[in-house]
Amino acid sequence: MLANYGYKDGSGDYYITIDTDKCVTCSDRKCIQACPQKVFEIITDDYDQEVASVVSDQSKKLKYSCAPCKPNVGRKELPCVLACEPKAINHSW
Amino acid sequence: MDKQFWRWKEYNWKEEKLNWKEARSITAGIDVGSVSSQAVILTAGKIFAYSSQRTGSDSPQSAQKAINWALEGTGMKLEDIQFIVGTGYGRVNIPFAQKAITEIACHARGANFMYGSSVRTILDMGGQDCKAIRCDERGKVVSFLMNDKCAAGTGRGMEVFADLLTIPIEEIGDLSFTVEQEPPPVSCTCVVFAKSEALRLLRQGWPKNKVVASYCSAMAHRVVTLLERVGVEKEFAITGGIGKNRGVVGRIEKELNVKALTPTWDTQIAGALGAALFAQALLEKTKSLN
Amino acid sequence: MPVAGVDIGGKTTKIIILEDHKILAKNLVLTGLETGKTALTAFQQVLNDAGLSPDKISKITVTGVGKKEFSLGHNEVSEVKADAKGTVYLFPSARTVIDVGAEEGRGVKCSPEGKVVDFALNEKCAAGSGSFVEAMARALELPLEEIGKLALISTQQIPMNAQCAVFAESEVVSLLHAKTPKSDIAKAVHNAIANRISSMTRKIGIEKEVILIGGMAKNLGFIDSLKKDLGLEILIPEEPEFVGALGAALIAQEET
Ligand code: SF4
Ligand code: SF4
Repeated sequence: MLANYGYKDGSGDYYITIDTDKCVTCSDRKCIQACPQKVFEIITDDYDQEVASVVSDQSKKLKYSCAPCKPNVGRKELPCVLACEPKAINHSW
Repeated sequence: MDKQFWRWKEYNWKEEKLNWKEARSITAGIDVGSVSSQAVILTAGKIFAYSSQRTGSDSPQSAQKAINWALEGTGMKLEDIQFIVGTGYGRVNIPFAQKAITEIACHARGANFMYGSSVRTILDMGGQDCKAIRCDERGKVVSFLMNDKCAAGTGRGMEVFADLLTIPIEEIGDLSFTVEQEPPPVSCTCVVFAKSEALRLLRQGWPKNKVVASYCSAMAHRVVTLLERVGVEKEFAITGGIGKNRGVVGRIEKELNVKALTPTWDTQIAGALGAALFAQALLEKTKSLN
Repeated sequence: MPVAGVDIGGKTTKIIILEDHKILAKNLVLTGLETGKTALTAFQQVLNDAGLSPDKISKITVTGVGKKEFSLGHNEVSEVKADAKGTVYLFPSARTVIDVGAEEGRGVKCSPEGKVVDFALNEKCAAGSGSFVEAMARALELPLEEIGKLALISTQQIPMNAQCAVFAESEVVSLLHAKTPKSDIAKAVHNAIANRISSMTRKIGIEKEVILIGGMAKNLGFIDSLKKDLGLEILIPEEPEFVGALGAALIAQEET
């Protein structure tokens, strides 16, 4: 399942997509530690799979939470994306 | 509760012909949303009764009221229900539900039942949020997104606009089709800025119906871009409050070039129905384990 | 010869007449619904104040979100360019400019010469700019000047969940129903907007000195919340709303 967490407002689209089919194969769950803003948590989803998801109060402010990881100049690969071994995390912006 | 954003009636319904006492299984789903709450009771996988009413100040009470109202006049009691699943934003606060499942999964499952297994894309436009879901032939979610941050593209956004133009919200749809030529969409997405834009357009001499058409088309376009993120596959269904606004729905269909399916049930109960179907499956599972 | 800087914002229009780095006259009016017309009237007014006829102005440079609406301008400059210019003129040590107006929030990183090095915007969403506070003041039934002061006497931290100006209005109304003190709500409102402004600024990297300009630079509650969120002192010019117009006028002067 492609789970899109985030929002679209007047200024743009801010979605983090978690590919749960990939995520479910992961044992290390490194995203949890890697994210300085504590955006992720591990949940048991509706189909009884243990996967990462975006904490609900974060999903309405991702543009701002992720801003320090996305400087205009010298942007590196995002910590969450880098940490995720199965490459399950994708950002839309 | 502040204002009532989408006019709908509180109601309950029951299938008089079903004899629930002989049913192999009795399950229920309760959807406690931010504006309204629904309960659906299934007997042996068939819809037996349902109710829809306004959500009160707290979730446990709203859930209780919803289920009581669905049970009313059926002779069935809460204890007769073998498995209950809660959904909606108040789902974790329903004391008598055995399990909570998100509204996304429940919505997909409910739509699969209502529209049949050919439905692949579901758009739910509620009073305060908008969901786009793609599912498989069993109603399992393949991709989804939710937008509950921004009022644009929700019933609330439309209500703000209706208030500004002093047009009853239910007349917006028809009025929007009275323009001779479709105007360009309002350029500001943000409801706050679109309001100022509308005032400027009115000042420039645009009649109200043109402004309304322009807003409906902006809203439709916005929703289409959300749908595109999850991917649009036929068959396509629209549920929720704005689903009743032809001004927006008609423009979405036009932009996507697909017709939305016509529902056989009230789409308001899709979430609760899905929850009841999950309850049914979970009940079967526990039975087979014992 | 005198030059003019015109800054047409979403809420207010500001005009400055400058000669040899001296301000001859200035004017601030509400932009209103007829942007172009308002700006022309305001321009006439400021000329009268300066005792000048239109042909005495050698160059008119326009900035602000409504800059396209002004028919007398000779050229246009971006808001960030005008902000950087105006701010560095007033504070030569300025490296980061935070401009929070009604419709937009901007973070500008600038060089010692007042040139733009980098910038970030909060635009097209009212929750990211001064409109947010205005909407909340309305929900609290407070004048805009009061809401900021009130936030300073707040005694408890309460969270604001809504991230949209429209939904936040309802949240404020329910907080009021729950008898939450207005001062605490006001504080939460300012903390929320300050946090969105500081995250935006972090995208460009924050370097001292940090200067706050724009209409929101007059809001004491916002200043307080922003300082705390950034963990830094911030400097504020005496007339923070005029910095964009000043920058535009300085650019006009350089180009003549
Ligand atoms: S690191 Fe990637 S795969 Fe592992 S839990 Fe996090 S998202 Fe899932
Ligand atoms: S970009 Fe940074 S803040 Fe955003 S989710 Fe990834 S690690 Fe967390």
